[in-house]
Amino acid sequence: MPLKPFSIALAGNPNSGKTTIFNNLTGTRQKVGNWPGVTVAKKEGKIRHRGLDLIITDLPGTYSLTPFSIEEIVARNFILDEHPDVVIDIIDSSNLERSLYLATQLRELDCKVLFALNMTDLARSRGIKIDTDKLSELLAVPVVATVGNKNEGMDRLLEAAVGLAESETDTARRRRVKYSKDIEAAISELQQDLVRECAETVPYNPRWTAIKLLEDDKVVKERCVSVAADRGRALFEKTDHLRRRIMDLYADEPEIVMTDERYGFIAGIMREVQTNATYRRVDISRNIDLVLTNRFVGFPIFLFFIWAMFQSTFSVGEYPMQWIESGVGLVSKAIDALLPQSLLKDLVIDGIVAGVGSVIVFLPNIVILFFFIALFEDTGYMSRCAFLMDRIMHLIGLHGKSFIPMLMGFGCNVPAIMAARTLESEKDRILTILITPFMSCSARLPVYIVLAGTFFAGHAGSVIFAIYLLGIVMSILTGRLFRSTLLRGADAPFVMELPPYRVPMLKSLMIHMWDRSKMFLKKMGGVILVGSVVVWTLSAFPRTVSYDTDYAAAKREAIAAFDARIQAAAPDHRQRLEALKDESLAELERRQRFEKAEKSYMGMIGKTIAPVFAPLGIDWRASVALLTGFVAKEIVVSTMGVLYAVGDRSEGDVLQQALQESGMTPLSAFALMTFVLLYVPCIATVTTIRQETGSNGWMLFSVAYSTGLAWLAAFVIYQGGRLLGLG
Amino acid sequence: MTVGSGSVPDDAMKLSETREGQRARILRIGGNGALRRRLLEMGLLKGTDLVVEKYAPLKDPMELIVKGYHVSLRVEEAAQITVDPLE
Repeated sequence: MPLKPFSIALAGNPNSGKTTIFNNLTGTRQKVGNWPGVTVAKKEGKIRHRGLDLIITDLPGTYSLTPFSIEEIVARNFILDEHPDVVIDIIDSSNLERSLYLATQLRELDCKVLFALNMTDLARSRGIKIDTDKLSELLAVPVVATVGNKNEGMDRLLEAAVGLAESETDTARRRRVKYSKDIEAAISELQQDLVRECAETVPYNPRWTAIKLLEDDKVVKERCVSVAADRGRALFEKTDHLRRRIMDLYADEPEIVMTDERYGFIAGIMREVQTNATYRRVDISRNIDLVLTNRFVGFPIFLFFIWAMFQSTFSVGEYPMQWIESGVGLVSKAIDALLPQSLLKDLVIDGIVAGVGSVIVFLPNIVILFFFIALFEDTGYMSRCAFLMDRIMHLIGLHGKSFIPMLMGFGCNVPAIMAARTLESEKDRILTILITPFMSCSARLPVYIVLAGTFFAGHAGSVIFAIYLLGIVMSILTGRLFRSTLLRGADAPFVMELPPYRVPMLKSLMIHMWDRSKMFLKKMGGVILVGSVVVWTLSAFPRTVSYDTDYAAAKREAIAAFDARIQAAAPDHRQRLEALKDESLAELERRQRFEKAEKSYMGMIGKTIAPVFAPLGIDWRASVALLTGFVAKEIVVSTMGVLYAVGDRSEGDVLQQALQESGMTPLSAFALMTFVLLYVPCIATVTTIRQETGSNGWMLFSVAYSTGLAWLAAFVIYQGGRLLGLG
Repeated sequence: MTVGSGSVPDDAMKLSETREGQRARILRIGGNGALRRRLLEMGLLKGTDLVVEKYAPLKDPMELIVKGYHVSLRVEEAAQITVDPLE
């Protein structure tokens, strides 16, 4: 008989080892965290166990099921709406009391719960003894002892889960939190009303619904409004009345009183099941922290770690990046040799290979950065980073954990935005993602070097520093602006657990790195590839340009003229004439390329939008360069090389001279640099924003905001500078 | 606004005013709904004992030991908690 697969959900506190158990059970490539909020997305794994199909879902780590954070709402809705056959609550044995809070909330929901008493070895080493039989008996819940990072107890856990799922009897609900008399009275009064008024429409267990209504639970309330319609009014009046009564009696809000009583209930259980053998213990973790978050050496050590991470990511990453680049170069050379001259060949080489190349070149950065992030998280150091940096980041309205993504932004925005995932609050995450692109990434540096080198020869360093600083200032202003407007409200409390330091598992670091890299290549490769092909198409079409000059004829004429002169010249002059011939041919080639670029769709667009850039002191050629910079910011330099008609020698004096002759002034160059700093980040970054915010809306907003800000800032600088007589 | 059971001791103080190493018992938790609820859910209840483990190098946030685990909160959040210093 083919059975519907059993659905098993894993719930538990952050740092309870939930993700480790999930990995053990499913073998799924998934990251293992050691600090709050690692598991943001819902992860699933399908396995077969003794001929049964099981779907295991890893719920976000939460301390409770109060719908304050996205994670809690996700976890609760999954249990309420998807009705998993069994919910396994992973309990950190060394933190039993706090873990039982979530357990009591799960117990109140209408679901079959099973406890995995995890990290029992750690608890034992701390002198904590837990009477599992007693715990199981008191709460009428099966309890299985496990040690996740040693892969112990997994079979028994699955066995118990399947057994519980197959059991026909409804979950015994004898032992659940019993509140004090007045509250119980209010619950049953409301419960009766619920059953009478709208039992068939309210989808949840009436007792639980009554409790949530008394707790003024917004999500449940909204659900009741939507299903109960008119009949809801009487219900809410009743709820308000009961809430007021409880407030009068206890001089506090019902939700607070009930939380207190749940802990009272837990205290009772704790007394019966847990004994602490030795109170004083050697706490290695605490000793490590005495150094790592020390008043004097905490910051230097932190800065050293961050420096090491940055250096490894971007300096060590430089070598594999070069290998990849030369690999891509070899591939395009090979294709060049293999394919006959054709449109297809251009597409393959300049569109596809170059596009793919521009994607995989980030891979070393991502692999190395995420190795460090996984290391920081798995050891528990990440929450210490937040602890150290929160004071500073809070000034921008951000969480301490935002520091790492923002700093990484100076290297490359793509891994930086991916690193924002470590933030648990969605608002913090989105805000961090929105301001990270203002951290000037290394790809923008070549543009500054050319421009600042040309127009601020003596002070290039200071000017570039000013640009970096401007990016930081803009991110601070943006952070404060959005924090007080768009992303205001429900500012998540900082309250953050500092988990004990743990030795990371190499396997989990590898899984984590592989996971991120795979995601990057699979999900973004496609989009970036398409984007590169589009930009290539715009630059390469129309194929046939009606040139003002017949270059082919001009070249033929030049060759003929030179050949005649070479024939006629004395032998010792010939060499000089050959050189002159090459030079004039190259010159014709350059002009042709320039005209082709000018007449391509990209050039047409550039000329069309040139009026938009004119108030910024940016001419049409720089406008086109900015457009192509969407593929990758360093392309701005090579496009300028083509458009300012200096051929392939995009670096060095030639481009500088051409730029100076083009009518660009130091002021307009500075405006251009400002624009490059702030405007829409490259296509890889935009795709990452889409990926990490999960929303086209935020992606478009980010594009529009950054470009708008870039225009405004460049406008203010250019026009302001002119008013001051600087231009 | 809340008149808790029992009288408030004379040496009651804000948690944000405690010094490192101080042991204290929580008397009252104020603040807005979300913060208050979160603190309660993490086990910082009236009557709970805590140890002020340390302040961050920049004096904010602070680290506490509560119910056998370490938790950090911002000083502004700690200012919502009234404690009775022990010892």
